Amino acid sequence: MAAVGAAATHLDVVRGKRAALFFAAVAILLGLPLWWKTTETYRAPLPYSQISALNALQLRLMVPVTVVFTRDSIPLDDQEKLPFTVVHEREIPLKYKMKIKCRFQKAYRRALDHEEEALSSGSVHEAEAMLAELKEQAEGSLTVYVISEYSSLLPQDMMSYIGPERTAVVRGIMHREAFNIIGRRIIQIAQAMSLTEDVLAAALADHLPEDKWSSDKRRPLKSSLGYEITFSLLNPDPKSHDVHWDIEGAVQHYVWPFLNALSAAGNFSVDSQILYYAMLGVNPRFDPTSFSYYLPMHSLPHVINPVESRLGSSAASLYPVLNFLLYVPELAHSPLYIQDMDGAPVATNAFHSPRWGGIMVYNIDPKAYNASELPVRVEVDMVQVMEVFLAQLRLLFGIAQPQVPPKCLLSGPKNEGLMTWELDQLLWARSVENLATATTTLTSLAQLLGKISNIVIKDDVASEVYRAVAAVQKAAEELASGHLSSAFVASQEAVTSSERAFFDPSLLHLLYFPDDQKFAIYIPLFLPMAVPILLSLVKIFLEMHKSWRKPEKID
Amino acid sequence: MAAPCFFSRLWRAALALLALGSLAASQIEDQAKQFFRSGHTNNWAVLVCTSRFWFNYRHVANTLSVYRSVKRLGIPDSHIVLMLADDMACNARNPKPATVFSHKNMELNVYGDDVEVDYRSYEVTVENFLRVLTGRIPPSTPRSKRLLSDDRSNILIYMTGHGGNGFLKFQDSEEITNIELADAFEQMWQKRRYNELLFIIDTCQGASMYERFYSPNIMALASSQVGEDSLSFQVCPKSLCVSTPGHRTDLFQRDPKHVLITDFFGSVRKVEITTETLSLQRDSQITESSYKEDRMDEELMEPLKYAEQLPVAQIIHQALLAEVWTLPSAPCGMLGSRSWPATFTETEAEGLAPPWGLHSRPVGPYHHGFLQDLWNQAHEVHFLDSRVREGRVEDCSLG
Repeated sequence: MAAVGAAATHLDVVRGKRAALFFAAVAILLGLPLWWKTTETYRAPLPYSQISALNALQLRLMVPVTVVFTRDSIPLDDQEKLPFTVVHEREIPLKYKMKIKCRFQKAYRRALDHEEEALSSGSVHEAEAMLAELKEQAEGSLTVYVISEYSSLLPQDMMSYIGPERTAVVRGIMHREAFNIIGRRIIQIAQAMSLTEDVLAAALADHLPEDKWSSDKRRPLKSSLGYEITFSLLNPDPKSHDVHWDIEGAVQHYVWPFLNALSAAGNFSVDSQILYYAMLGVNPRFDPTSFSYYLPMHSLPHVINPVESRLGSSAASLYPVLNFLLYVPELAHSPLYIQDMDGAPVATNAFHSPRWGGIMVYNIDPKAYNASELPVRVEVDMVQVMEVFLAQLRLLFGIAQPQVPPKCLLSGPKNEGLMTWELDQLLWARSVENLATATTTLTSLAQLLGKISNIVIKDDVASEVYRAVAAVQKAAEELASGHLSSAFVASQEAVTSSERAFFDPSLLHLLYFPDDQKFAIYIPLFLPMAVPILLSLVKIFLEMHKSWRKPEKID
Repeated sequence: MAAPCFFSRLWRAALALLALGSLAASQIEDQAKQFFRSGHTNNWAVLVCTSRFWFNYRHVANTLSVYRSVKRLGIPDSHIVLMLADDMACNARNPKPATVFSHKNMELNVYGDDVEVDYRSYEVTVENFLRVLTGRIPPSTPRSKRLLSDDRSNILIYMTGHGGNGFLKFQDSEEITNIELADAFEQMWQKRRYNELLFIIDTCQGASMYERFYSPNIMALASSQVGEDSLSFQVCPKSLCVSTPGHRTDLFQRDPKHVLITDFFGSVRKVEITTETLSLQRDSQITESSYKEDRMDEELMEPLKYAEQLPVAQIIHQALLAEVWTLPSAPCGMLGSRSWPATFTETEAEGLAPPWGLHSRPVGPYHHGFLQDLWNQAHEVHFLDSRVREGRVEDCSLG
């Protein structure tokens, strides 16, 4: 009986040990990995290697130039060699992590008959008119016509001419080294019309490490999908001045043509408003010598802030807003002039602030006060006003005065106020800026994910990142092959996708869990389960240890 | 023989000195152009009060004091994100409704008429605060609730409430830890959402909140050290209440001695004179047609009469008093115990017109009621300045 009982308990003990071991096995082999996996922050896979490769991307900006030689421009034996292609590549020396190379691909060819005819007309403008009818030029490309050294198309002392569309005219030379000399001239012209180091430095100004304090580089607006332009008329003294401005007509006739010419760079929307009793925040000072009031230059920065709160620009849209204010000074402070640093009144009577907009002071002709009683009816001369506002708009966009090479005639501006190759310059600069921004955003996202372990990456965020990477690569390819418009579109897509991925609200899904709080959460769950298992394991181990020793002792 | 050599050397030295002198002069001129010194083009402020309930009145008053200062010095409402966890002005226990005073002598009403609170009451949460800082905001958020800063923005972040060693309590129900805050600043830095950041924390054991920062260009100030309570010297003398302000400038790249307060508290735009114009062709057609339209409009409308305007000019144009340039003393030791350094009064003070000037004395008992209504209607008067007035309960019920 005792033996059976002993055998039974022995069996129970063995069963108990096996059960304990089984529990432990399940807990450790199955439970722990399962718990670890299910409490991980979800991170959809991201192309980290591709993102780090983007930093070392080499940007090659290709400008296709077609060079057309007329009959008398170069020596005959050089003419025999046409057509052929010459490539001029130069690295832009900027302290930026991406290497940027500028490549001018010049395709030399002979002039066709109609081109010869056009280039032998009387003036450059006629020639251009005839040439422009014939073909549309792709964005980013240039055509340079080489005319004879003694041609009368250009004024005698001018060696070259830059036209408003994407064409230029250069004088040829009868010399052995004709191609080299002309080639250098063409490069100078092509650089002025497309890409110079300054243009790219301005575009990358936010990404370059040094020199934050140059004013030229900090003027342009950041690249964005769209812009909102607001024209405001400020009338602080409606009792004296009954101001009327035909803003709709002016916008229709002057602003929209300009914006349509710029339409490749973004969506624009324009609105206008009139604010009454809106005063400047600064008191003008009286100048007894000229019986006028003036605003000294150092007080100009204080003008903007008090007025800005009343402009309602925050309600307009989520795009960056450019404000253009026209201030008609009150009767007590008329006429009002803006003084520059030397104390001289500014010709335009206007000033602007980078990335904000511009303000112009419109003085009323004193003769208007003679006859009538107050309020005096004032018709604002919109042409004078729009000349200043459009010039400010150009500056705010970063369309600088072109750097023409010496002895070069620059054509007068077009009606719209924007030359086509200036738009190309803007698109080049914006494409490079977009690529830089997109790359920085993606790299920062990758770095952040490495540093902070609590950020969740959902699948749609991951797909945005993939899309952004693909768009950056596509934009780089298009830039290298000289297709400017598709490169710009791809770069915009890259920026939008990368910003959407970075600023997705779901990335903040899990707020911070400090380690000690994690212990506090899991210990009450695991400890009651783990303690019996561990104790039984220890007991089993001790018994096994004892049973090993016993046989040794016996033996 | 030696003489000509000597003279030529002297001449060269003189030329070199002249060149150096002119270089130095232009350098001094550059230094004087303080506009471009810090490299920022706009300013933002994020002011957070994290406590609710009436007994935390002082926290709301502190935040509103900073709000008023920042607004006076030029940061517009569109660039201020103000988060107040509770409404003290219209609290049922407020004996002077629609007012919040920053000092027990009840001299300065920091609530005023034109407070723009962006996050109010239960919207002030850790999540919303972090979303504002990092920019990860749901797309339906209005523009006034966003921090739309860029890489050239200087941001002032002021937080007040109840805090402890390494955390700050939000609304009695949750906390933000110093590591979370440091991570949020790092996310801001990675996306270049700030040029320089000034972080001011006005809580007990405030210095623990800035211990974990690791992103560059951050300067941090705290009103108390770890282990100390942040106590007001209005209530309790310095000998009894120990509250030592702390600071951290090792992450800041510029020398703090050269940093103007207005780099963070004020907003001065960079401005350039426009020297160029485009030339546009005059289109005679449009001027004639618009003239005709206006004539027609005029005949239809009745002649307008202009009522006598308020003598705003007389009221506003009072002389700036130098002594007035002190911050309203806030009931938490740090701000009240110091006076601003001299650079503050010199810089932008001259250009500011009196509407933005500071009055600390009451303007008069007649400036409430009827005049208040008129002023609210005439939009030109933005009295950022606060003055003593008897609040009315009706002001609260409008909200």
